[in-house]
Amino acid sequence: MADTDTILEIRGLTKTFSGFVAVDGVDLRVRRGTIHALIGPNGAGKTTCFNLLTRFLAPTHGTITFNGRDITRMHPAAIARLGLVRSFQISATFPHMTVLENVRVALQRKTGISMHFWKSGRVLDQLNGRALELLEAVDLGAFAGALTVELPYGRKRALEIATTLALDPEMMLLDEPTQGMGHEDVGRVVDLIRKVAVNRTVLMVEHNMNVVADLSDTITVLARGAVLAEGPYAEVSRNAQVLEAYVGSEQVGKVQEAAA
Amino acid sequence: MNTGHMRWGFIVLIGFGLLAPVAGIYPTFLMKCWCFALFACAFNLLLGYTGLLSFGHAAFLSVAAYVTGHAIRSWGFGPEWGILAGTLSAGALGYVFGSLAIRRAGIYFAMITLALAQMLYFVWLQMKFTGGEDGLQGVPRGALFGVIDLSNNTNLYYLVFVIFLAGFSLIHRVIHSPFGQVLQAIRENEPRAISLGYDVDRYKLVVFVLSAALSGLAGATKTLVFQLASLTDAHWHMSGEVVLMTLLGGLGTVFGPVVGAFVIIGLQNQLADKVGSWVQVIMGLIFVICVLIFRRGIVGELGRLLKRPL
Repeated sequence: MADTDTILEIRGLTKTFSGFVAVDGVDLRVRRGTIHALIGPNGAGKTTCFNLLTRFLAPTHGTITFNGRDITRMHPAAIARLGLVRSFQISATFPHMTVLENVRVALQRKTGISMHFWKSGRVLDQLNGRALELLEAVDLGAFAGALTVELPYGRKRALEIATTLALDPEMMLLDEPTQGMGHEDVGRVVDLIRKVAVNRTVLMVEHNMNVVADLSDTITVLARGAVLAEGPYAEVSRNAQVLEAYVGSEQVGKVQEAAA
Repeated sequence: MNTGHMRWGFIVLIGFGLLAPVAGIYPTFLMKCWCFALFACAFNLLLGYTGLLSFGHAAFLSVAAYVTGHAIRSWGFGPEWGILAGTLSAGALGYVFGSLAIRRAGIYFAMITLALAQMLYFVWLQMKFTGGEDGLQGVPRGALFGVIDLSNNTNLYYLVFVIFLAGFSLIHRVIHSPFGQVLQAIRENEPRAISLGYDVDRYKLVVFVLSAALSGLAGATKTLVFQLASLTDAHWHMSGEVVLMTLLGGLGTVFGPVVGAFVIIGLQNQLADKVGSWVQVIMGLIFVICVLIFRRGIVGELGRLLKRPL
């Protein structure tokens, strides 16, 4: 706990897939209480980084420290229990459970009765109030009884955030939270992220530069598996190397446009 | 959760179970049906409610059948203790098989369970106490708690039915328990369940052991009914048959496996004398039709018509 200002620290993180280096010696430090964005062209290794951080993939080299604790070799569920909880690129819900049940199954874990196969499901009703509160926080109160598969896409992402919030995580990792969304939904999710980031740390992968510019305190740019630049948006968006890395991709216009 | 139509389903089931032998249906046939219905329900707990396809469930049916048979015949256990011994041994075997198999998912999981069950088949074939090809024969039915004479078919029938109901109710409870909620979450989106902090392998192992023990309960009871444990119980055909029963009746439905078991055992019973080994071809056809047209199975399709889960 030498540095209480840093919540997550990555050193020399490397992942090779049979010879191909997807992530190459990445160093990253996320300050507590900030929104930190991870950007970069397609194939830069952003999602791989995420998977390494939450141990859905095992790193080849490097260390990951969360709250001063080495989590490099931990089981993904154990990492989640420490308070480092991720979302997924494609909205991760439980489609054939109701909206309320989705949140409740997350709340349920801390009750310690999740192995109790002999108990009636009614014991879970005591969690309904808290689950509804969380749903109302993301404007889903009216959908509590609906089957999740029937929700529109943007609502599913909101549900995913509510489910993550149910764990009251110290740090959230959001993998492209606005991907595949219409304009209106993007605005709603941005507001939501800003709201939930109070008293929390957020690390997100995001393609939408407007969202990145709008939300993040710090930006790390990845290209070809390595860190290319880091800093606040105004600085990073003027970095010549960053612009070059985006040349040829459709993002270049957006970077400059948002910087202007 | 125990909504109206579910309750009606239970009432029909219990009514049928109580009255069927009085109505003149051959009790041994009915007992066989209840044993397989329990077996299929136990299998459905794993496949329908957790999404794990085991292709070696015959192992649990057979280990319980042999242990129960041996304990009663050679060690002089009473029927209740024999059944308990069989059930526990199936649960223990489930722990061993499960610990090995849940490390892999999908087709690999199925193949590991199949391979382990096949190994067990050859163990049974070689071992002395199983009687090899002849089977373990002449298991006395004895008297339940030393009081109720089970050589009386009516007594035995109601015991078998009560055992079925107990197993069936336990499965129903498991599905709707806090544990069942986590199982459903795992089935629907395993990575997400992990990211919520659940050690999914532990949950899978527990449900695997439960399913194995309940399959064992079915096998142990069957030994008492037929006074015999044989290699048929351990053969991979048996593992396939329970898949068929579950799919035909309705995967992931509460009553489906019961209906599936009755239909399959009923057909086998009716057709065996008339068409001989063609019964296998007919079973195959049913399977294909079921998978191609009635994907939800009998009860699943019925539930869709009624717009209610059954």
